[in-house]
Formats: sequence, C-alpha cells, structure tokens
Amino acid sequence: MVSTPSSVGTGVVRARRKRADDVAGLGRARAAAFVVPALLMIGMFLLFPAIWTIYLGMTDYRLTGLAAAHTSFVGLGNYTAAVGDKAFWNALQLTVVFVALSGVIGQSLLGFSLAWSLRRLKGWVRTLVESLALAAWVIPGSVNAFLWIALLDRRDGTLNTLLNTPGTAWLISDPMAMIVIFNIWVGTAFSMQLFSSALSAVSPSQLESARIAGASEFRQLFDIVLPTIKGHILTNTLMITLWTFNTFTPFLLTAGGPNRKTEILSVYIYKTAIGSGQLGFGAAISMIMLLINLAIALLYMRVGRKK
Amino acid sequence: MVSIGRRKLITLAGLALVPGALDACSSTSKTASNTSSGGTKNVTLTITANAIEGGKNAAEAKWVADWVIPQFQKANPGVTVKFEPQGVNDENYKTKIALDLKSGKGADIIAIDGIWTGEFAQAGYIKPLKDVAGAAVDAWDGWKQIPNAVQGAVSFQGKVYGVPQGTDGRVFFYNKNLFSKAGLPTAWQPTSWDDVLNAARALKKLKGVTPIQLNAGTAMGEATTMQGILPMLVGTGEYVWADNKWAGNTKGLRDVMNLYKTIYVDEKLGDPVLQQEANGRDSSFQEFAAGQIGILAEGDYFWRSVINPAKGVGTAPMADRDTVVGYTKIPAMKPGSGVKGQSFVSMSGGAGRVLNPNTKNADMAWKLMELICSPEGFAARAAGTLSISPRDDVNKTLLAKDPMLTYVSTEVLPITSYRPGLADYTQVSTALQQASLDVVTGTSVADALKTYTGTLGGIVGAGNITNN
Repeated sequence: MVSTPSSVGTGVVRARRKRADDVAGLGRARAAAFVVPALLMIGMFLLFPAIWTIYLGMTDYRLTGLAAAHTSFVGLGNYTAAVGDKAFWNALQLTVVFVALSGVIGQSLLGFSLAWSLRRLKGWVRTLVESLALAAWVIPGSVNAFLWIALLDRRDGTLNTLLNTPGTAWLISDPMAMIVIFNIWVGTAFSMQLFSSALSAVSPSQLESARIAGASEFRQLFDIVLPTIKGHILTNTLMITLWTFNTFTPFLLTAGGPNRKTEILSVYIYKTAIGSGQLGFGAAISMIMLLINLAIALLYMRVGRKK
Repeated sequence: MVSIGRRKLITLAGLALVPGALDACSSTSKTASNTSSGGTKNVTLTITANAIEGGKNAAEAKWVADWVIPQFQKANPGVTVKFEPQGVNDENYKTKIALDLKSGKGADIIAIDGIWTGEFAQAGYIKPLKDVAGAAVDAWDGWKQIPNAVQGAVSFQGKVYGVPQGTDGRVFFYNKNLFSKAGLPTAWQPTSWDDVLNAARALKKLKGVTPIQLNAGTAMGEATTMQGILPMLVGTGEYVWADNKWAGNTKGLRDVMNLYKTIYVDEKLGDPVLQQEANGRDSSFQEFAAGQIGILAEGDYFWRSVINPAKGVGTAPMADRDTVVGYTKIPAMKPGSGVKGQSFVSMSGGAGRVLNPNTKNADMAWKLMELICSPEGFAARAAGTLSISPRDDVNKTLLAKDPMLTYVSTEVLPITSYRPGLADYTQVSTALQQASLDVVTGTSVADALKTYTGTLGGIVGAGNITNN
C-alpha cells in the first residue's frame, strides 16, 4: 500500500465520493443490497405464509378426502361459518378468561410481588427463589406438561397424595383452573425478571426522601415506583397478553378437554385444522386470531404513546 | 483499488451468506430414498407403522426390525430398509401420514387403517397398487389366499389400494375373578343388553370395581365408535349407513344413547370421568389389567397386544390372562333384534399396507411388500403376537394356537359388521362420539341427538339422514 500511493489516493477519493450520501457510507445501491436478503426472508417466511393463509381461509381445503384434491373457492364462507360456530365463541371466551387470569393478572401480579419482595434481599434466598421461577420458565413445555400430569394424575398423582384426596381428577373437575395455575407457574419468571430490573432503576434517593417524609410503603409503591416503571408494566402486559393468547402448551395437559372446557383458540385451531383436517376453515380462524393479535398490539401501542 | 476491493468483498460475502442460509433451511428434510445411477445399489426403503419397540404394538416393531429388515437386506444386497416407528393414538398417526403424503414425502410402505382408504384415495394421496407398482402386483400369488371380503378393507370404488394385514372382531372381555366374587358364572354368555346390565349391577357391589367400560366420548376417538356405539347400534338392528343415508335421530341410536345413560348416569355402572380423560383408553386398559374393571368392550387387539403376558409385548400385561380373562360375544339388544335378525353382533375393521405413490423405488417397494405379506412373513409376525391374518393358508395353520383368536375367527367374524368405507365416515364418527360424551356428562338423550343430527346435516347434507 505504501509503495503505491497513487492508487491509494484514488481509492480514498472514490470512497469519499460514495460516503457522502449517507452515514454508513454505503450508498443507496449497496445499502439496498444489504437489506434485500432480509426482506426476501421476511417475505418468504412471514408475508407469503400470511397471504397464503388468507387465500386458504377462502377455500374448503381439507387434509384428506375429495376437497384435498379438488379444492374450491368459498369466499367468506369459512368466516361466516366461524361466526356461527358455537365452538368458536366458546374458544374465544375461554381464551379471554385464560389470558386475563393466567397472564395479565396471574403472571404480572405474581411476578411483580416476587420482584418487589426480593428487591432488598441478597444471598441464597433470592438465588433460590429466582432459580425456581426461572426453572419453570426454561424447562421445555412438554417436560413441564409431563410433570404436571404426574402432579395432577387421578390415580397416583402427587397432589392427591399430599391432600389425601384419592381419585380426584383435577384435570376433569377443574380443568380451566388447572391450566391457569399451570400457565402462571410456567410464565411468572419473565415478569419477575423484567420487574426486578425495572425496580433497580427506581431512584433510591427519591425513595429515601419519601421515607424520611413519612410515606408508607404503600404510598411509596403507588406514588414513586409504579409511575417510574409504567413503561415496563405496559411492555410486560403486551408481551404476556400476546404470548398467553397464542400459547399451545395447555393442550399437552388436557387436549382441550374435557368436552371443550379448555379449548382455547390455539387448541381449537389445531383440532379443527390438523385434528379433523379442515385446513381451509382452520386457516380462516387463524386469520381471525391474527387480527385479534394485531388489535391487541395496536391498542397497547396507542396506550404507550399516550403516556 | 485495494480498499474498494475489500469493501466489495465484504458486501459480496454478506450477500453470499444469506442464500447459503436459505439453502441450509430448505435441504433439511431429505428423507426420500435415492436411486443413484447404480440400479438397486444404494436403494433405501422405509416402512412406517403405528408401532414402536417398548410401546404401542411393540411386537410389530420388533418383527420389522428382527425379521423383515434382515431378510430383505439379505435377499437384496445394496438395499437398506429403515423403519420409522410411531407410538401415538390412531388419530395423530393418521394426521402424520396424511401430512407426509400431502407433502410428497413419507415412507415407501405405510400401514393404514382400512377405513382411511376412501378419504386418502379421494385426496390423491394413495393410488391403486397396480398404478404404483405395475404388473408385478397382479402377478403376486398371495391374492389367491386373501378372500375378497378381506381385500375390501383396503379397497375403494372397486380398486385395491393396499394389501390387507388382517382383520379383527369386538367382544366383551370380563374378569372371571370379579365375576365369581360377585356370584356370577365364570362361563358367561349374555343374550341381551339387560343380561349385561344385570351382571354389571351385581359387580357394582364389589368395592373398588368399575362394573363396565363401554367406550364413550371424543377423547377415545374411533375407539368410542368402534367399541361402543356401533356394536350397540347393530344390536338394535340398524346400520350407521344404510340405503345411502346416515342414521340420524333413529330409534336404534336413541336406544344406544339410553344405554349409555343407564350405564353412566342413571345407575353409575361405569366411570363417566374416565371417558373424558385425555388418555382414558389407556387408563381403561390399566384398570382392567389391575382387576378394577369387570366388563370391557374391546377388539381382539386388547387380548393379543394390550394384556398379552409375553415379554415386551403388552402395554398392560396380565400374567394370568389365560385363566382370569373371559371373552364372550356381544349380544343384540334383545335376542334376534340385531342386524339381519342376529342375536349376537360385532364390528370388524381391517388394517392394511399401502405403497406410497411418491416412492422412487416402486418395484423394490412392492418386492418388500410381497415379503411382508408372505406366509413366512405372517408366521414370523405371529411369533410375537398372533393375530388374524388376511391369508387363509396362514390362518389355517396358526390360529389353532390361540383359543381367543380361534373364537373370533369362527364365532365372531361370521356375525360381524363393517363400517361404511366412505370419506364422510370419520366426521360422522366424531359427531357420534360427541353425542355419547354429551349423554355421559349429563345432557339428555334428546338434546344430545338434536346436536348430533345438526352436526350430521352439516357433514352429509340434511337430505341424506334417516330419522324415525
């Protein structure tokens, strides 16, 4: 390089000319070249399936039988069928209850209480509680389900042994309560961790002055802590709502039963599309679910902007 | 120049990486066999069935691994045969192979339940054997040994889509120990539903014993229809599909639903909770094997595969099976009230194996099929667990070894009935299961059948339903 100063000189000049149009100095064409692959991937794996789902949702496509080979276009027939299907409304209603109880209320409240009560603790107690909560979060869903089946089993279940209630079929008598508790147990770690880090951002001096001024713990919580971590609460609720709305793990415990009592939307779609092979109808209800997801996300974003 | 070259290089490398990643994604599922240039060299064939060593249908899985694969590989050097085991409930297995076939993949030889033939054929997932493997199919000498009625199990619209693997029959199994404790005869042959109910009432006095298990509900899937609703329905003299119409709110179906009501709701002779458990059927097996169920309606599969005491065969083995477990024909509602005026009834299904139309080695796959379905093949299969084979020659020599299967083949098969081989059947079956679930969980028979006929109308059209 040193021996050929002239070529280096031209290179620098050219590079400067290119660098001028944007911060990264790539130039429009090269920048586009960098973005295109990512866009292609998004197009292939996100946009195309979404459009394909819209199309499938307007057909009578099935997994087997005549309609699998000769699929016909039914327009909005699947959507009107879904709206007229009692099972769909049942699933939607169960999902709302499930999201509200296990996600928004259960996981957020428990996660926050854990984070709040652990905030001044150091040492092994904190490590223990955090590890236990995290374990539930990191263990694969299928393994979790297996543990819970063993816990709740009607014949030799751990819970029946502990409570001395032999023969109680928890998953049959209180299926919704069981999957709500299950999901709280699985997901609380996320809220706990998020709130832990949020709480550490609350200014200690502010809390200290409040305490000197004689504010109760309750007042400190409501007047200082919650306003400070409002953004975190919103993010946490949004994430948890969407996750819980889409979760499928309860299926591993109850398979949607007994008699559709735990058939939340994701399970209903699975049983419709894969279980009974109605792929077209299943695509239509997936689309409805996607729209509900979008609506939730937009709602939260609007609330977030207002603050 | 150098610096530009370097930047270009980085850009190019960035671009090159992405297609590489895409390639990696798209080439992950290369399971299909390959015929490279060398004819039979490096051919890989795969077989799949809902069987797995150490689990469901373990004997079949073991037979494929220990007999089929070594035999075929020895006779055909250069060919590798692989087994893709599955050990799930039948509905999940069906979904899996349907998805395999739909995506143009899947094993070369696939075990199916005969009742799926129609809907798979209509979907174009399977083709008549002749269309897949050509003249060699007709030339096979095995067909002479397989009666037409048995071939019908894997046929659709007059064309044979697979080779039948056997048939079966449904009976009432009962626990002789519990029967004698309850003061009932250990050689038991009920002649009406009332006889069965009376025996159950006697068994109810025993502590910790569920008198009768008649499958109900959606969780057990086809096992509810095949072991519960349909054998009872044919006992009322009705078929689920007759004269081109499906049974809706009929007298026979009302009788069947009332029987469920008597057993599970009115007299608590059965355990309604078990019908709703996600794995209720397996639980019913375990409970019967543990001496906690008195009477169980099941197919001979229960005898030969579930409670079989041979090592590694049964999922709920009973060491004293041969002395404790009795079996008896299912009576019609009343003597002579069954279909064709029969006093005893049953239902039969048939399993089969089909060739995957996507196979790259159709000739070799058919050769493998011939080996599997040869007399030697069935004889080796029977070494694990004996079942009723589709071949007359094999049955003649082997069945005598097992009194239960002899009983099914001589007493039950002559009076048995079959499901309609129509694509709509599986949906109708689900609707029937739901009706039984509704009744078992307390809905009135009238309301359950009202829901059922509504669902049925949506499946087959309101004009194709019989109500009386």
